[in-house]
Amino acid sequence: MNDMMLLIEPLIPPLRRYARALLRDRAAADDLVQDCLERAIGRWHQRRQDGDARSWLFAILHNLAINRLRQAQRRGRHIAVEEADESVFARQPTQEQGLRLDGLRAALAELPEEQRAVILLVSVEDLTYAEAARVLGVPIGTVMSRLARGREKLRRALEEEPAARETKLRRVK
Amino acid sequence: MSRRPITEDDLQAFVDQALDPPRRAEVEAYLEAHPEVAGRIEGYRRQRAALRAAFAPVADEPLPPELSLARLIEARRRTRTVWWRAAAAALLLGLGGGAGWSLHQAVAPEAPAGPGGILALAQEAADSYAVYAPDRVQPVEIRADQQARLVAWASQRLQRPVKVPDLTASGFRFMGGRLVATPHGPAVLFMYDDDRGTRLVVLSRPMAVERDAPMAERSKGDVAGFTWAQQGIGYSLVGPLPPDRLHPLADTVRRQVAPDA
Repeated sequence: MNDMMLLIEPLIPPLRRYARALLRDRAAADDLVQDCLERAIGRWHQRRQDGDARSWLFAILHNLAINRLRQAQRRGRHIAVEEADESVFARQPTQEQGLRLDGLRAALAELPEEQRAVILLVSVEDLTYAEAARVLGVPIGTVMSRLARGREKLRRALEEEPAARETKLRRVK
Repeated sequence: MSRRPITEDDLQAFVDQALDPPRRAEVEAYLEAHPEVAGRIEGYRRQRAALRAAFAPVADEPLPPELSLARLIEARRRTRTVWWRAAAAALLLGLGGGAGWSLHQAVAPEAPAGPGGILALAQEAADSYAVYAPDRVQPVEIRADQQARLVAWASQRLQRPVKVPDLTASGFRFMGGRLVATPHGPAVLFMYDDDRGTRLVVLSRPMAVERDAPMAERSKGDVAGFTWAQQGIGYSLVGPLPPDRLHPLADTVRRQVAPDA
C-alpha cells in the first residue's frame, strides 16, 4: 500500500497533463485520470514487478483515453478545436519560440490521434522510445515512424501560419 | 572514415536529446553540412519546446480532491467492505439458523462500528421496552423468585455469565426477565418497577462490534435510554424517566455489571 502511494502519487500531475492534451477538455481529462487511478489501485498487485510504474500507468490511461475518443467518434461527435477548453493552455509560450498558441493547438488537433499520442509521450512526458512503445503496445519502429510523420506534419502546419503573420507584423512596424 | 549513415531515427533522437555524445557529434556534423535538414530539425526542436511550455502548467495545478490517491484508496476499501459484507449477509440468509449466527460472529469483528453496535442495541432495548413494559399479563417470562434459573438460562444462551443488576437502593425492584431475539443474536431482558408501577428494562447482549463503548444517551419522547458496552457485553437501560434521573441508575448498573466488580 505504501509503495503504491510512493510510486503513483508523483505521477498524477503528468497523467493529468497527458490526458488533458489528448482530450482537450479539463473535466473529461480529470475523469479519465480518476478512472485510471481507480484501476491502478485495483490492479496494483497484478502489475509486473519488473515493469516501471510510469509506463504501466500511462498505458492504462492511454487505453482509457483511446476508448473515450473512439466512443465520441462513433457517436459522430468530433471534438472541434473551437470546442476545446481554453484552459488546456494555461500560459502563452514565450515570443521567441515563435510559435503561436492557436496555431499549435489547431495543428496538434489536426494530427491523427496515434501521432499526437507519440509526440506528447515523447516530447512532453519525456518517455523513452521504449517506454512509449510499451504504453502504446506497438514496436519501437512504429513509435519512431509515427513520431517522424507527426512532427513533420506539425512543423508544416506551424510554418505556414507564421509566414502569413510576419507580413502583417512588418506592416505595423 | 567509416561512419554509420545518419538515419531519420537519429535525427528524432537528436531532437529528444536521446543520443549518446559520440553519435550526437556525428549528427551535429551532418546537420552543419546539410542546412535544409538542419532547418527541419530546428523546426522540430522549437515545436518540442513550445509543446512543453504549453502543457507544463497543467502539471503544476493543484490536484482536485477527486484525484487524491489516499481518498481513492479509502473509497475502494469502503466499497470492498460493503460488497464483502453484503456477500456475507447473503451467505447468512442461505445458511440460516445456528450456522448463520456462528458465521456472523466470525465475520462481524472485521466490520467497523455500525450495524450491531451500541446504536443498534439502544434501538433493540427501546423496542423491547415498548413491547414488554406495558404488558400486564406476563411482562417477564421468568419471575424474580426464580432468578437463579433465569441467570443460568441466559448465561447458557448468551454464552457468558450474566449478572442481574440490583436497583433496590434506587427504589426499583427486580421483577424478572426473559430472552429477547435481536438481529444480533439472543439478548437478556431484565425488568424492574417501583412503588408507582414505573417500569424500567435493562437489555444486554454480546457485542460483535463496539465491544467497548462509553455510555451514550438516546431519548425519545418520555422514554430515556442509556447504552454502553464493556469488554464485549453491551447494556442498555430504558425507562420513562427524565434523563437526569435515569442516568444515575445507569451508572449504578454499570458499576455492578463491570467485569471487575
